[in-house]
Amino acid sequence: MNGKSTKKSYIKQGLKDGLPIGLGYFSVSFAFGLSTVTAGFAIWQALLISMTNLTSAGQLAGVTLMATFASFVEIALAQLVINIRYSLMSISLAQKLDETFRTRDRFLLSAFITDEIFAVASSYSSINRTYMKALAILPYFGWTLGTLAGAVLGELLPAELVSSLGIAIYGMFIAIIIPPAKKSKSVFGVVIVSASLSCIIHYTPLSKYISSGFSIIICAIVTSLIFAAIFPLKETEENENE
Amino acid sequence: MNKLQYFLIALFVMAGITYLVRMLPFVLFRKKIKNNFLKSFFYYIPYAVLAAMTLPSILYSTNSIYSAAAGFIVALLLAFFERSLLFVAVGACIASFIFQIIL
Repeated sequence: MNGKSTKKSYIKQGLKDGLPIGLGYFSVSFAFGLSTVTAGFAIWQALLISMTNLTSAGQLAGVTLMATFASFVEIALAQLVINIRYSLMSISLAQKLDETFRTRDRFLLSAFITDEIFAVASSYSSINRTYMKALAILPYFGWTLGTLAGAVLGELLPAELVSSLGIAIYGMFIAIIIPPAKKSKSVFGVVIVSASLSCIIHYTPLSKYISSGFSIIICAIVTSLIFAAIFPLKETEENENE
Repeated sequence: MNKLQYFLIALFVMAGITYLVRMLPFVLFRKKIKNNFLKSFFYYIPYAVLAAMTLPSILYSTNSIYSAAAGFIVALLLAFFERSLLFVAVGACIASFIFQIIL
């Protein structure tokens, strides 16, 4: 993008870049809405979570923890651990913002930094605030409307089906972790080690002292520290991450 | 504390933390993280979190551990062939539902 571009062209480009993200988000958040309602939440609750969080893994984790009435400290730590990657993306994007960005634009638009919005925005060498607003809007609506559609469908389903729907949320987790684990041996190792630690805590007397929320945090931090020390990323993997 | 109060506070905590991890660096930081150890750590975290959340909890997510195991295996297969999130989730549900009807 160059400085000569008009505001209109920024809006057009942003909407164009945001449309495929919004469509993708609709299907992901549809599954979120469906599984959240079948986990015992109301439609408005699923919708409110999506409208205020805009993050798939964090929301899924939050709903899983809330369903067991986990403590607020556990919920806060889980969100911190899962979403801390956004801090990296924010740091990276912050260096590319052009002079049109005011402080209040930073406060507003930071809420819309997701993996995909980050990926698209960072493909430009300089980011205009009008462009970023336009980029964020369709993904946000896709995310919100998808949640609503999924939640409404979840309410309409017969009770016998609902029991087998409890597995939906975990199906999504698996769909997120398996493809990168196929491509990267170290991600595969992270998945195996973290899942093993989680099982060890669950099936031994350790589970008496460690709640499920803290178990997840401990497994994730220990595993990631080990793998970051033994298998640090090479350049190509870093780029994939961004 | 009733259920509604719990939900609203939990929602506030979730949304607040999620916003802060995005907002603070966006407003404050200007320099890139060069430390490869930290980069690697942040790269691995989401996968480690999701793996720990999936096992062993997935086995207790339906009426029986057997129907859950059936759904788990189907989800692994569909994910291996890189189906969409919705497709994998629905596939796991259908597999465990069919298993419950048959047995």
